[in-house]
Amino acid sequence: MIRILFFAQLKEQLNKKEMTLPYQEITVKQLRERLEKEYSLPALSSVLFAINEEFAAEDDIIRDGDVVALIPPMSGG
Amino acid sequence: MFQIVKEPIDVSRVIEAVVDRNAGAIVTFIGTVRELTKGKKTLYLEYEAYESMAQKKLEQIGAEIKQQFPNAKVAIVHRIGRLEITDAAVVIAVSTPHRADAYEANRYAIERIKEMVPIWKKEHWEDGSLWIGNQQETISYEKGIPKEMKS
Repeated sequence: MIRILFFAQLKEQLNKKEMTLPYQEITVKQLRERLEKEYSLPALSSVLFAINEEFAAEDDIIRDGDVVALIPPMSGG
Repeated sequence: MFQIVKEPIDVSRVIEAVVDRNAGAIVTFIGTVRELTKGKKTLYLEYEAYESMAQKKLEQIGAEIKQQFPNAKVAIVHRIGRLEITDAAVVIAVSTPHRADAYEANRYAIERIKEMVPIWKKEHWEDGSLWIGNQQETISYEKGIPKEMKS
């Protein structure tokens, strides 16, 4: 299982803070595509992925038990 | 001191955190809530953070500054929740032996916050609201993640 966290506009659009998906191993790129196609999330091209609180690259592997955060463009400061 | 807080920021506490006998300068940056942006009147702002990661990233910015300026002391506090016009959203204090480094390091910290700390701001106006970040669809992260270290 992987836990996926949503923030800001994504959290509002989906009306939820998180969801859990039954993957054992999946790359960031694959997860991005599946979220868009199978879970009808909005286009995620401008969204960064973090795995266990570190920014992840497209070919990084997400494993069972990981926490993935979807990070829309940041606007702190 | 690297904190994400929900209450008003005590600026003097942030400055005190970088006081050092070998410092010749302390530069403090206070980011405040502006009323007018491109002629549009903001009523208030709402900040949200991925708190645990944001805290780590503030610490990382501190470490990056220490790498470039080994004698620097850095403190960063970012507030989240609802902020009113003129409220301080972020306070950054940097002390170094000489002022040029303190100015440079402080500027570095705020630019890094904007590019790699997971905090989001929502502007509320009389006729609506919007999460700020990518209105023009100008940002795409497909080419890569924020670089971990600036040279």
